[in-house]
Amino acid sequence: MSSQGHIHHPNYVQIWAVLVVLAVISVLGTFTGIRWLIVLLAFGIAVVKAYLVAKNFMHVTIEQRFVPYLLIICLAFVAVLFAGVAPDVMKHRGLFWENRAAQQAVEAGSHAAAPAHE
Amino acid sequence: MTSKPIATARTAAGLPTARLVVWWVVASEIFIFGGLLASYVMHRLGHPEWAFQAAHTNTWAGAFNTLVLLTSSLFAVLGHKAADSGDGPRAARLLRLTALGGLTFLCVKALEWTHEIREGFVLSSGGFWSFYYTAAGLHAAHVLVGMIILLVVAADAARNQELHRVECIGIYWHFVDIIWIFLFPLLYIAR
Amino acid sequence: MSATAVHAEPSFFRKYLWSTDHKVIAMQYFFTGMFMALVGGFLAYVFRMQLANPGQHVPGYGVVTPNEYNSLVTLHGTIMIFWVAMPMLIAAFGNFLIPLMIGCDDMAFPRINRLSYQIFFLSAVVILSSFFVPGGPFGGAWTAYPPLSAKAAYNLAPWGASVWLLAVALEFVAFLLGGINFVVTTMNGRAPGMKMFDIPIVVWMIVVASIIFMFSVGPLVAGAVMLLFDQLLGTGFYDPGRGGDPLLWQHLFWFFGHPEVYVVLLPAMGIVADVLAVFARKKLFGYRTILYTTWAVGVLSFVVWAHHQFVAGIDPRMANVFTVTTLIISIPVTEMCFVYIATLYGGSIRFTTPMLWALAFIAEFLIGGVTGIFLGSSGTDIYLHDTYFVIAHFHYTFVPIAIIAVFAGIYYWYPKMFGRMLNETWGKIHFWGSIVGFNLAFIPMFMTGLAGDPRRYFNYSQFAEQATPALQHLRMLSTGGLLIFIPFQFIFLINFFWSLRHGKQAEMNPWHANTLEWTVPSPPPHGNFAEMPTVYRGPYEYGAPGRAADFWPQNEPAYNLGGDD
Repeated sequence: MSSQGHIHHPNYVQIWAVLVVLAVISVLGTFTGIRWLIVLLAFGIAVVKAYLVAKNFMHVTIEQRFVPYLLIICLAFVAVLFAGVAPDVMKHRGLFWENRAAQQAVEAGSHAAAPAHE
Repeated sequence: MTSKPIATARTAAGLPTARLVVWWVVASEIFIFGGLLASYVMHRLGHPEWAFQAAHTNTWAGAFNTLVLLTSSLFAVLGHKAADSGDGPRAARLLRLTALGGLTFLCVKALEWTHEIREGFVLSSGGFWSFYYTAAGLHAAHVLVGMIILLVVAADAARNQELHRVECIGIYWHFVDIIWIFLFPLLYIAR
Repeated sequence: MSATAVHAEPSFFRKYLWSTDHKVIAMQYFFTGMFMALVGGFLAYVFRMQLANPGQHVPGYGVVTPNEYNSLVTLHGTIMIFWVAMPMLIAAFGNFLIPLMIGCDDMAFPRINRLSYQIFFLSAVVILSSFFVPGGPFGGAWTAYPPLSAKAAYNLAPWGASVWLLAVALEFVAFLLGGINFVVTTMNGRAPGMKMFDIPIVVWMIVVASIIFMFSVGPLVAGAVMLLFDQLLGTGFYDPGRGGDPLLWQHLFWFFGHPEVYVVLLPAMGIVADVLAVFARKKLFGYRTILYTTWAVGVLSFVVWAHHQFVAGIDPRMANVFTVTTLIISIPVTEMCFVYIATLYGGSIRFTTPMLWALAFIAEFLIGGVTGIFLGSSGTDIYLHDTYFVIAHFHYTFVPIAIIAVFAGIYYWYPKMFGRMLNETWGKIHFWGSIVGFNLAFIPMFMTGLAGDPRRYFNYSQFAEQATPALQHLRMLSTGGLLIFIPFQFIFLINFFWSLRHGKQAEMNPWHANTLEWTVPSPPPHGNFAEMPTVYRGPYEYGAPGRAADFWPQNEPAYNLGGDD
């Protein structure tokens, strides 16, 4: 029994249809061949889809207030993790240091390139 | 079977304990997947040459699985609606359909991986593949666990018992769906 | 439906081994933790004997080989943090106190509670089994950095390394399950009238610690899976030659590792807060300040982690960032210590044994905190990293947390847990002997650390600058301190077990405290409260003006100004 009493249930099938359309668009985007567009569509749409699922299926927006706050705080901390680690792991050189093994891997990989499928 | 303690039924924070627990589980899982995916993203951005490996993933299988999970989420939330109106058997049917969606997802994944392994791409084939199998594998494990819980909750719901749990397993399942919503572009589109 | 419904008397198995009663589960964690403390302490005894008399036979063990030395220090650290500090502070006290202090009959999910102990017990069995596997136990330090931890060719413990990782992973699962129970029970299960700011500080602290743990352990779970795959399945997540990065492990580990110290610190400070208020007979100074500071510490603890990696090869610009955040976090923690001192000021202090331990916590922890400043600044840390200065610093924080505060809690709540009083005289002897031994053991380490003694060295005879008589005398002094500390723990154990049968019977509220656990019999019955309480005030109304008694239980209705004893 939900403590929200009788919540208003939106038309879930309609929302599902929107999600499907968005998913299709994000896949079609890969055919354009324009890198920035592919990435924007893929991740931008992912964010929108996630929001729609959270709002309409998980009812996050009508929950007790602390729930969305909690989830956003979690995401913020994951962002902090990324910000603190990426300068060492994502980048392969910095102030007075370089990661030669990784640099060589990048070099070797981009030369021995197999032609990409589709 | 002992009855539930008074502590379980109290709602000083304004929502039932079962739902509260699921939200905390989701919160902690954000960190597990967040840590893994952040690590993946860092490596992927630092190793553009992984694009050549990533090209071997099957976008169509991934897209189909996305649709499968979205549909299973639909069934889960329709199950919640049924449970809310007290219709336990209908909720149970919908939860079982949700679990079927999960099973379909896992089967497609099994076929995908079998094909990729036959082509020689295994867990230790290189950085991209290690992350690919680990991330998708961790997600698949969560799908499996979710399926089991869905069926257990469905069994109770069919007898009109513990209907509040339908919403709770739904929340967990939607979370697993959201993880895939991000895994799909990460592993299949953004090459 | 009340859980005090009458049912048949359960069998020994159901009552003590398969129970869902939070008090029984608390005792299970408690005794497991005490046992593991003996194991961890024995390991320390062995390697300290090696350091004092290198190459000599250690009574009760034998001669320590270099590999064994590495395993001894690794397992000492691992066991003390995961199988002593956490179970005692969070699981034992949390399980016992939370339902009692918030006025309900059990945890919100008793069967998950039982499961969490069972997984914890399994993890303890697994870590102990690592002593007996082929190749011996893992010796790559509790921090398990790859490539040492990832390649059996380096760590020489192919079984031990993976068994270690598995044990730690199981322990994480146990505490995730347990932690969620604590948080949800406290949020939802409170008695009518107990608002957020009426919750005793120790409960708040355990809840915040559980949340911090839940958040910080996630990325490490991912990292541990990756390490396990590197160990067993030939992946190269941390292998630079295969596209990986060992620094990633370090970051994932310390993203957990630093908040983890606050996970254990906060419950310890919570115990100290409650004990101080009761034995100063004075209202806790700045309850809300303590709470807000605790939340601030919780948040800040997530942005300081790389101060453990200043010399690992992280980008120096990030080192700057982490130095600043680390120095900032010292402020709220210090402030909490001073708030505690303010609680004492003007109080009517009773020097009971629990109070002595609580006071010692403040004094010793401040030493640990101050020495942390040198380590938090990247400049000085470059010299001090991986020296005994670090060991001394973290023992001056960890021992107050895991030993001093735990003893404060045990001496304070023993009457409630077991229905008997511990012997005060032997308690004080235990206290003084432990404090003398502890300080004697660790102060010399500040000096040997500053003189350049590296950590984790099995002996210093090959290093001319370290192999001086002066330094060796200091090392022997440290070992001597430990040898003084150990026998006093046996005094405690004798007191503990003797008092179970022969101690003075404890009344319901022997310390005249306010919190709800003192309104039920000692020990509390199954179901805790015959009638569920209603709460009328906060937990620290000691010495309230206009009242005959100097304490005011939370469940006493407001009109009863006269106060009964």
